[in-house]
Amino acid sequence: MKRLSHFELVAMLLGMVLSACQPAAPTTIKVGLNVELTGSIPVVGESSKNAAELAIKEINDAGGLDVGGTKYTIELLVEDNEDKAESAVAAAQKLATGGVLAMIGPNASRNAIPASVVAESSSMPMISPWSTNPKTTKVGDTAESKKFVFRAAFIDDFQGVVAAKFAMNELKTTKPAILYDVSSEYNKGIAEVYKRTLEENGIQVVSFETYTNGDKDFSSQLTSIQNAGADSLFLPNYYSEVPLQVQQAHKAGFTGNILGSDSWGNIELVTLCGDECEGYYFTTHYAADIATPKAQAFIKAYEAAYGTTPDDVAALTYDSFGLLFQSIQAAGKLDRQAARDAMAAITSYEGVTGNMQFQGTGDPVKSAVILQIKDGKFVYFASAAP
Amino acid sequence: MEFYIQQILNALQVGSVYALIALGYTMVYGILAMINFAHGDIFMVSTYLAFFFSTMILGLVNGLNPILVFVLTLLVAMFGTALLAVVIERLAYKPLRTAPRMSAVITALGIGLFLENFMVAFKPVGPAPRFLPPLIPATNYNIGGVTVSTIQIVIIVVSALVMILLDTIVRRTMTGMAMRAISWDKSVVPLMGISVDRIISMTFALGAAVAAVGGTLYGIAYTIDPYMGIRIGWWAFISAVVGGIGNMRGAMIGGFILGFVEIFTPVFLPSTYRDFVAFSLLLILLIFRPTGILGRPMAQKV
Amino acid sequence: MKSEFWKRWGVLVTLILIFPLTILLPKFGIINPYIDLVLKYIGINIILAISLNLVNGYMGEFSVGHAGFMAIGAYTASLLTVWLFPRQLGPFLFPIALLSGGIAAGIAGLGIAFPSFRTRGDYLAIVTLAFNMIIKSVLENIEAIGGPRGFMGMEKLTSLWWVYLVVILMVFLARNYVFSNFGRGVLSIREDEIASGLVSVNTRQVKVLTFVFSAFLAGVAGGLFAHELQFINPRSFTILKSTDMLVMVYLGGIGSLGGSILGATVFTVVMEGLRSVLQQIGISQEWRLVVAPLMLILLMIFRPSGIMGLREFRFLIPHKERPEAFAGHREQMQARKAAKEVLP
Repeated sequence: MKRLSHFELVAMLLGMVLSACQPAAPTTIKVGLNVELTGSIPVVGESSKNAAELAIKEINDAGGLDVGGTKYTIELLVEDNEDKAESAVAAAQKLATGGVLAMIGPNASRNAIPASVVAESSSMPMISPWSTNPKTTKVGDTAESKKFVFRAAFIDDFQGVVAAKFAMNELKTTKPAILYDVSSEYNKGIAEVYKRTLEENGIQVVSFETYTNGDKDFSSQLTSIQNAGADSLFLPNYYSEVPLQVQQAHKAGFTGNILGSDSWGNIELVTLCGDECEGYYFTTHYAADIATPKAQAFIKAYEAAYGTTPDDVAALTYDSFGLLFQSIQAAGKLDRQAARDAMAAITSYEGVTGNMQFQGTGDPVKSAVILQIKDGKFVYFASAAP
Repeated sequence: MEFYIQQILNALQVGSVYALIALGYTMVYGILAMINFAHGDIFMVSTYLAFFFSTMILGLVNGLNPILVFVLTLLVAMFGTALLAVVIERLAYKPLRTAPRMSAVITALGIGLFLENFMVAFKPVGPAPRFLPPLIPATNYNIGGVTVSTIQIVIIVVSALVMILLDTIVRRTMTGMAMRAISWDKSVVPLMGISVDRIISMTFALGAAVAAVGGTLYGIAYTIDPYMGIRIGWWAFISAVVGGIGNMRGAMIGGFILGFVEIFTPVFLPSTYRDFVAFSLLLILLIFRPTGILGRPMAQKV
Repeated sequence: MKSEFWKRWGVLVTLILIFPLTILLPKFGIINPYIDLVLKYIGINIILAISLNLVNGYMGEFSVGHAGFMAIGAYTASLLTVWLFPRQLGPFLFPIALLSGGIAAGIAGLGIAFPSFRTRGDYLAIVTLAFNMIIKSVLENIEAIGGPRGFMGMEKLTSLWWVYLVVILMVFLARNYVFSNFGRGVLSIREDEIASGLVSVNTRQVKVLTFVFSAFLAGVAGGLFAHELQFINPRSFTILKSTDMLVMVYLGGIGSLGGSILGATVFTVVMEGLRSVLQQIGISQEWRLVVAPLMLILLMIFRPSGIMGLREFRFLIPHKERPEAFAGHREQMQARKAAKEVLP
């Protein structure tokens, strides 16, 4: 075999890269998926991908999406943003150039925020299923909204307040403590809203401890929390870290209530946590046991296809696609601007995760629910409307 | 007061694991003068071996004594990891023994990255964090205001036993003597009729087996995921250097020092300062006493 | 004679001719934004590879923490353009931002240079690593610049032609450094530090200057990086990034500027190209990150000197250093050829 010279190798690879950017066949709509398949939260990416593929399969099996009289097959282009900001940007750029009509994702706010800048400047509609940090839909540090960036989840300004009110009114906490991941926009954002809301209502937070993504030993911080006499603990952290935190909290002697946020939403949390998480609460987007018929259909289909109950990321991703498909149909043509305008004009969309509407910004107005962990399952406890 | 005792226990737990892994780094450095950057990821693989074996056994046979499963898992993990280390050594490091030092180090970095990403991409493993089945009943005892858990005790005690065992092997057996001889002067050892290759492989195997003990213990206490080797590996590496790289007792001491840094830094500073403190400690030590606490000063021959 | 002119000026003319292309091609969409991005990444990586090569390749030291310098350059340049410089003047003041980033990184380079007097080999590697982590840690703890969540707000000032110009300038500077008399001192330190000291090479001065210059280059690359991404956070600058840099340098060949250019290009193209290749073959994306280290391992075992080995591209070597410039070169080559025919 002839040995390829170095230049030929480079040229060949460049060719492959270039050839990836092909125009879509006339009756196909390309949609991009920019998710965290590798990195520290790969289950989030996997859930998202599963839900995306399910949503697309349902449409394609029904003959395709009907836009202005013609039926189009949906083609999904999956990109891995490796849970890294620069890869999220590169992936977004690649999708924008690759001719996708819209991009779904990234999920984690730390990736969604930089990617949203690319989406906005490329005039490519973007829906982040799961990002709850306000910055994703805002321009820079201002209060001005981006035009092309939407999300399917409520924002932390709302969620933090819901959690705080629950802690005050239901859990009757007087000495709240918080342990959060300071390296993540999401965790820090919601922790601060929670703290602020409590303090505005006259309750002082006795312990505001931090850790960094990747840490597994929290014994030092939890021992300090216990030492401060806390009677409740807010853990707005990812489902893979919470079981460790709960176990170590118990080990440190903590016996108070523990409260979480929507990042707890994966049933894996109960599998990992076992009995130790029994009886605790968390705020989230939807409850499987009070699901609407539409939600139940989704849960059934997801379980049949993938063998597990869909988590909130999956549900939100499914809704993101629902929002997108509805917008494209309302627009009547395959145009990014038109799709965007149609999406902004949605006054009511009944999704798996509840009713949502956009009121001039990319942030939907929707309710939150509070779930409790009972007998190893997520059980609906209460609702909180905006 | 109980607060500090509690934290000291926490530090001992964390430090034990660092010490066990640091031993692997230091042993390899001692005989090959090479920093095996893949060691942290070898530790990671050991946790997965423990996970798969224990899950499989408990799934196949009902009602087994957890202690028995624990011991079996430990042995399987140790053996499997040792095997992996030897394979890596033979395939990747041996060909590079005469190459410039950088090549070996870069290769080690590459192997580490390969292991991490392979575990993520390989479907049965995947990137999701896993819990080992509860092999040690996790009960907490309250002794005078201090909560002590069984897992904590097991980690500290087992680690100590393994360290003593290793120390004995190195100091009292022929293999151990050969290992120490190689670290002093590699070229003379073959003249004594000892196969250098075999001893080197043994060293890798021992270091890996010890790390596997740490891995099994760690897996029982925390979750495991493919990227965990990065941070733990580097902290264990710092432990080895702080103690004096090439010196086994130094590695043990270094591990506990780092354990204390990890636990006590968040007590006085925000937890984000941990890395800063650890690495500053390292830097200061290297500038003023580069060979570490127990290392021997190296003169360079002209 | 035409070929004489070409030999002397060929490279410069080619570079000048390419320049307008770097402005026009992206502007008229002949190169789509994704290719534009990849080309820019290639340029930034070239600067990074050269920066590391100066220390690891030419000077024979062992730095595994260069991402720290990149971080300092990135943050400095970004803070300047976002907080200090007025928006409208952004594009004009960009070179100043980049320069400042480089200088800040260079000053940090002093921080490594001094420990390098006392420590060597593997210990220096650990020192550089510690430095990298400390810089990352410090950045994470400064809330005002976003802490662990990063800093954003930069305009996209990094255009393809800026990258092009900066790369050419940096390669030029590096090449002159390496082939100067001073540069010989660098090489001699690699070969034998103590002996160099004995033949009156001021090893301390050489080390300081090389580290500072190397850090400067990394800092400039960092500034370009920040204004391309428009968002930087400390996580981008850990040992993982330093490892990427190491791969590029060793892939291309240490001690060879051309090698760094090639290594950076091949690495960037392969990593990006694999996205498409895997998609078309139908293998999931996670395997992309398995391929890169595998490549590295195989490279180290079978061709540790990298693609270029210790050789250098002709056009990078100044004329007076080229073999033909030496008196008697032609005769020497003929003699060699004749000898080959005589001896079996």
